[in-house]
Amino acid sequence: MLLNQFLLLGAILFSIGVYGVLARRNGVLVLLSIELILNAVNINLVAFGTYTGSISGQVFALFVIAIAAAEVGVGLAIVLMIYRNRQSIDLDELSSMKG
Amino acid sequence: MSATFAAVFAADLDVAQNVFFAMLALATIVGAIGVVTTTNVVHAALWLVVVLSSVGANFLLMGAEFVGVTQILVYVGAIVVLFLFGTMLTRAPIGKDPTVTNRSWYLGLVVAVPLLAILSYVLIDAFDDTELPSDNVQRTAEVSDSIFGQYLMPFEAIGLLLTATLIGAIVLARKE
Repeated sequence: MLLNQFLLLGAILFSIGVYGVLARRNGVLVLLSIELILNAVNINLVAFGTYTGSISGQVFALFVIAIAAAEVGVGLAIVLMIYRNRQSIDLDELSSMKG
Repeated sequence: MSATFAAVFAADLDVAQNVFFAMLALATIVGAIGVVTTTNVVHAALWLVVVLSSVGANFLLMGAEFVGVTQILVYVGAIVVLFLFGTMLTRAPIGKDPTVTNRSWYLGLVVAVPLLAILSYVLIDAFDDTELPSDNVQRTAEVSDSIFGQYLMPFEAIGLLLTATLIGAIVLARKE
């Protein structure tokens, strides 16, 4: 197996995640796209860890998984508060500080 | 017949690994495109399950057994359930909802496609034919030695972070 096939898979997943963050209007869907980005980073970490034989790749991937879980918890709490205040989680409507 | 089958597979372990990787990569990419293009919020979470499971299988293919299993346990088992709860609590419309995608979604393509092109060029230029060492399973015992040895401080910090997150999420989301 080439190292590059895992890195390219990570790059494709990252780009699809970036497109999702930019193109989605629903708060929950933006958080889902952020999960795609974090998984792409994890693939990269584990691939390089396997390539160099170091265990640090796996350890950092575990830390990223824990941080992603924390971020999803707080992110969904924020989305819940936005829903309570405005009865909708359309991110385009959060423009009260505009101009 | 089965003996020749086993002999072919033992000799061409690389072929089997490449075939499995192709299937997993296809599942990952199709699932990711499903997450970012579907108009049904619940379907997006289910496509994410496809992506997360195939990424977990990718970890197993690379020999990272602990991360692979943790990915399935934590991501698929907890985070997707958290997303579905969040979707239920924010009364997302069940069914297709065309307002979940931006009207100017093509600007997202303008950013994502050049990003992918630059990343691919850099990766192919730098790691052209580098081979992964085969038969290199990194055991859970090594991971635990590292977490409780070299990376003990970050491990404790992650514990504090999760506690702070738990308390913070409860404070944010409780009824006034």
